[in-house]
Amino acid sequence: MEWIRQRLDKFKEPFGKGKKLEKYAPAINALDTFLFTPNHTTKTGAHIRDGVDLKRTMITVVLALIPALIFGMWNGGYQYLHQLPEYADGVPFMDAFLEGAIKIVPMIVVSYAIGLGIEFAFAIFRGHEVNEGYLVTGLLIPMVMPIDIPLWMVGVSVVFSVIIGKEAFGGTGMNILNPALTARAFAFFAYPTYMSGNTVWVHNAASVDAISGETILGKLASGTEVPYSTMDMFSGLIPGSISETSTICILAGALLLILTKVGSWRIIVSGFAGAAVMALIFNSLPSLGVEGNDLTNFPWYNHLVIGGLAFGVVFMATDPVSAAQTMKGKWIYGFLIGFFAIMIRIFNPAYPEGIMLAILLMNVFAPVIDHYVIQSNVKKRKKRLATVKEVKTA
Amino acid sequence: MSKDIRIKRGLTLRLKGEAEKQIVEAPRSKTYAIKPPDFHSVVPKMVLKEGAKVLAGDEIFFSKYTEEVRFTSPVSGTLKEIKRAEKRRIVEVIIEADATDSYKDFGKLNAATAPAEAVKEKILASGCGAFIMQRPYDIVADPKDTPKAIFISAVTTAPLAADLGFVLKDKVKSFQEGIYALQKLTPGKIHLSVDDSSYPVLKDIEGVELHKVSGPHPAGNVGVQIHEIDPVNMGERVWVVGADHVPVIGNLFLTGYFQPKKLVAVAGSEAKDKKYYEVIIGANSADLIGNQIPDDVRIISGDVLTGDQISNNHYLGFYHNTLTLIPEGNNYRMFGWLPFTYNNIHSNSKTSLSWLFPKRKYEPTTNLHGEERALVVTGEMEEVFPMDIYPMQLLKACMAGDLEKMENLGIYEVVPEDFALIDYVNTSKIEAQEIIRLGLDLMITEVG
Repeated sequence: MEWIRQRLDKFKEPFGKGKKLEKYAPAINALDTFLFTPNHTTKTGAHIRDGVDLKRTMITVVLALIPALIFGMWNGGYQYLHQLPEYADGVPFMDAFLEGAIKIVPMIVVSYAIGLGIEFAFAIFRGHEVNEGYLVTGLLIPMVMPIDIPLWMVGVSVVFSVIIGKEAFGGTGMNILNPALTARAFAFFAYPTYMSGNTVWVHNAASVDAISGETILGKLASGTEVPYSTMDMFSGLIPGSISETSTICILAGALLLILTKVGSWRIIVSGFAGAAVMALIFNSLPSLGVEGNDLTNFPWYNHLVIGGLAFGVVFMATDPVSAAQTMKGKWIYGFLIGFFAIMIRIFNPAYPEGIMLAILLMNVFAPVIDHYVIQSNVKKRKKRLATVKEVKTA
Repeated sequence: MSKDIRIKRGLTLRLKGEAEKQIVEAPRSKTYAIKPPDFHSVVPKMVLKEGAKVLAGDEIFFSKYTEEVRFTSPVSGTLKEIKRAEKRRIVEVIIEADATDSYKDFGKLNAATAPAEAVKEKILASGCGAFIMQRPYDIVADPKDTPKAIFISAVTTAPLAADLGFVLKDKVKSFQEGIYALQKLTPGKIHLSVDDSSYPVLKDIEGVELHKVSGPHPAGNVGVQIHEIDPVNMGERVWVVGADHVPVIGNLFLTGYFQPKKLVAVAGSEAKDKKYYEVIIGANSADLIGNQIPDDVRIISGDVLTGDQISNNHYLGFYHNTLTLIPEGNNYRMFGWLPFTYNNIHSNSKTSLSWLFPKRKYEPTTNLHGEERALVVTGEMEEVFPMDIYPMQLLKACMAGDLEKMENLGIYEVVPEDFALIDYVNTSKIEAQEIIRLGLDLMITEVG
């Protein structure tokens, strides 16, 4: 370790203050601080500091994503292979995993390479350190894409989300929309044929006729029968975007986020609650004399485990930058995300991914929610002042 | 009458190196110093020149903009040096002490029966005015104001800080006299808050409203107590006095002398003789801890959250009653960002397993454990901030210099020390205390 440190210090020399490569220092510092937590000591303020930093927080989110990612790779292969006659007797784990990984790993590489490249460039250009936010965003983007999306589309979406979605607002911490969802929304509207329909959700479904690639939501919308049990939906053995399908793996990630307090449990709980309430409202239509359709009558607990709802609520709604920032605000924000996600899903089957639009919508309204929560605190203070003045004049 | 205040949100840091409850008479320092930067926003106007002879209680300088506030010599001796920094700013006034003190006689006075004007005059003339601080803004109080109340906190929650119950146990008589004197300064109440340690010592003090305070740090911060008891509104002034300075004021009335003695706890994992030392304000750190402290140890006048770093052979801060020694942390940690590693470093977040050992005592260093980043994580500041104020929003308003927002969000109720734990816990390594100080300074110049 000592040896690496010495080599690194030597390597960093030309990037020091006043040296000729100084302006590239953020890039080299990013690599250095990846290897070593720096030797910086406190200069002002409290003399001791907590062991946590943004890197650790972000890596915790990445860890929480791993179960869903691994499952996504396996499921990506499985959904394709199990429809082939050669695999009629079952699909070996590694076959499925490799089949999926070979599609997904390049997407991750592209996403990180392009996204981090832009982040580094902006850090050098603006003269600040590289923020770690993209470690999470860069992994989230491929995880919410359909498996067969061309790599260049991933790349273009990344460019759009990082530059327009994030850096245009001032970089990490300043963005209004969740960058990963911005990328997905961009791809969704720019390349709809690759992002929606019956054929994109299973590998090769578009090119091989025998392969069916429809999601449950697609089937519900078109009125065909859903051949999956609730358990299939919960465990994730269904077609869909790469990592959204397995509610159980997502909940494992959610558990880590909640236990480490990195993700807001308020948003996660209220998000599911909001979705359940909306689904229950639709479920109760028949008892009110309204017939409804397959989507409205789909049991509420199934609504919670299909589509991107769980993934969105756990990993995207909890993005602290684009979410509401006050405690009360988080409850409202989460609830409305779940509520609107199911509403959009049911009312507009053309956009089966209600969760994406619901989160983006609430991202925009999060500052408004916070404003009213904070305003009630301000009002309390002003009222107190007014009573004091009254007493004085009385 | 006693009212209970229970603080729920906060964080009590359990650190190694608490001072043993044993009092040691510190050797008399050769030199003492009064440091004008300790008195925030005071511009010192020197009265004496280098080489002048002084008695304990003789005026050395006064505040340029509030001339009534005088700063006096803690000991008798010779004014040795006026140390200046850039722009001729005075940073230290050093006094070479005589072998024994001779005092300027301010005359005894029964504070309980004396007229208010005489009490106030005596407090100001002796230099005891410097002990009285004003909220909002956390500056030395302007004697022309009339505070709506005076608050004294005898509650200790800051990490390794001197236990006020122990510090005050032999000074009850002068404490009571000090309270009688302070009563004359306000038409309102004097609120005295106590914890389990100071309650038995101060329970019979007259002329105060007693509050029993419990809960994690920052429950001991007087600002948190004010917020619970009688919050500061726009345009109001309250005064606060450190509990260990009340006996100095009382002593002035009992003896007629300015004898600013107090107990200072020497604590921290790197301190050798962790005890309480009886010193005179402005004492040299060398008399408590020697002058051979190596470079890899940080000497902090004050507690680890709010104190000032001093070097070997330097002087204790005017308001501090703790001297903390902790190791410097200028070392690298490989892959220090991995969650659940380096669990010997405390973290209030749960990304370290340190929360599994609630009883463990830590030996923190001064390492920043990361680099400054944009504000990303939300909700963590609120966890350690017990007031009904939105800390992150207030910090952002201060950064933006938005006066109206700052007012609306409660800037008048906070001082930097209330944000010390936010310095500690925040993931982005934002210097919250500094931001609040700058925000308060902006309020002083813009609003006054």
